[in-house]
Amino acid sequence: MSVALFYALAGAGLFSIGLHALLVHRHLLRKILAVNVMGSGVFLVLAAMAAPNAIALSDPVPHAMIITGIVVAVAATALALVLMLKLTAETGQAVLPGREEENS
Amino acid sequence: MTTSDYLSAALLTTGGLFFLAGTFGLLRFPDVFTRLHALTKADNVGLGLTVAGLALQVDSWAVAGKLLLIWLLALLAGATVSYLIAQGALRLGIRPWKR
Amino acid sequence: METLISWAIDVALVLLVVSLAWRALASTDLFKAIVLFIAFGLVLTLVWVRLNATDVALAEAAIGAGVTGALLLAAYAKLRATSPDAIVDRAGGISGIGAISLLILILLVAAALGYAVWTLPSDYAGLGKEVAANLDQSGVSNPVTAVLLNFRGYDTLLEIMVLLLALLGAWSLGITIPRPEAAPGLVLDTLSRLLVPLLILVAAYLLWVGAHAPGGAFQAGAVLAAAGVLMLLSGRELPAALATWPLRLALVLGPATFLMLAVITLILEGRVLKLSPEWAGRLILIIETTATISIGVTLTALFMGAPPGEEDR
Repeated sequence: MSVALFYALAGAGLFSIGLHALLVHRHLLRKILAVNVMGSGVFLVLAAMAAPNAIALSDPVPHAMIITGIVVAVAATALALVLMLKLTAETGQAVLPGREEENS
Repeated sequence: MTTSDYLSAALLTTGGLFFLAGTFGLLRFPDVFTRLHALTKADNVGLGLTVAGLALQVDSWAVAGKLLLIWLLALLAGATVSYLIAQGALRLGIRPWKR
Repeated sequence: METLISWAIDVALVLLVVSLAWRALASTDLFKAIVLFIAFGLVLTLVWVRLNATDVALAEAAIGAGVTGALLLAAYAKLRATSPDAIVDRAGGISGIGAISLLILILLVAAALGYAVWTLPSDYAGLGKEVAANLDQSGVSNPVTAVLLNFRGYDTLLEIMVLLLALLGAWSLGITIPRPEAAPGLVLDTLSRLLVPLLILVAAYLLWVGAHAPGGAFQAGAVLAAAGVLMLLSGRELPAALATWPLRLALVLGPATFLMLAVITLILEGRVLKLSPEWAGRLILIIETTATISIGVTLTALFMGAPPGEEDR
């Protein structure tokens, strides 16, 4: 197994961990963290594929895409956090509407 | 390997040991204040030794200067942050640990 | 021996990254989760360095771990201040048979993803050669900057627009992030007096060095935002005179310059953001400088929440 493949598999693992947390947890802050972890997993796969073997020239296009992705992720995270705060100000709970009745 | 390589290796290893000791302290010490003590020792001295070890390997003064600047910034930030954490802990009513 | 050590580092890093992500998403305390998430971002930075993606490493450290961490902590502080009940993360809404079937489903997804990654062709050459062949036409010598600002400039244009849109969305919701209630004290004040000028210098350096080495507008903008956040944390407010149109001007300076260049190149060159080789270097510097200012101000404004002067709506 090559180093790149090892990191790419780790990226797939991070994506799955994030997806699991996104579905399992109810708190919105946790869901925002989960989406960020999923994104990092995707970036890791991209970066690993940028240099699939030691001989190939490192490919700058995926690197540029990851930088774009990181900036879009921080923009989305900021907006999601403000939406969460707004929802909490309205309902008193940082949980998606329609789910607060379950288990309570 | 030249003399400066051996010196670098010695400095980097010692720096690594400081980080190891600091991490042990962070995990094992009883309260926030003693943990801060362990952490800042590791950061300040460990990073200082690491920077010294790396500075011996660079071939231009500009790079050595940048390394030194990184250490100074870490010193400044480390001192300020541990002061703020300790102050915050005191405000929350956490008393220093006594045997 | 050397490959063994190299493998040991890679395995240790991956174990650390995955366990930090796991702990960040599983720990019961939300504050702990945020701190672990920031640590996750910092270790991920080391992973980018291992993968020879130094530009990405800088962006991750400054934006992924730094700015995102500050935003998360600010939102947490706001939650704790306004509705203490809402920072308690009650255990998951799924239990029993649902949790088990979900776990099986996720494991299937993970296996499918792993298989897809495993079967990716390893002899894929990528676009590295094409970028290298056209690098002297791009106006810069750092291939990542060449891709970001020249070869795929429209991606970056849209990305800057996304950032601005996120701020407009945040502003329109009228949520303010509370200032630290206690006086910041002499130590933090001294730190910000020493660091803010240095951070501005570092931002300028990152911006300039981005043309031929890892760095660039986004990393520089994030460092600028760090200076802004530090000033806000040490109790300094944006002067009222600057909070009106000068703030808006700084926010749209980068997007507007970039958009104008897109229109001009469309008219003169017949294609959006087609930079002629003899002008490309200078044009990229202009775009990056204005973008750095706007990115820095936008990220700081996102940290503030509602637009200054309209906090008490």
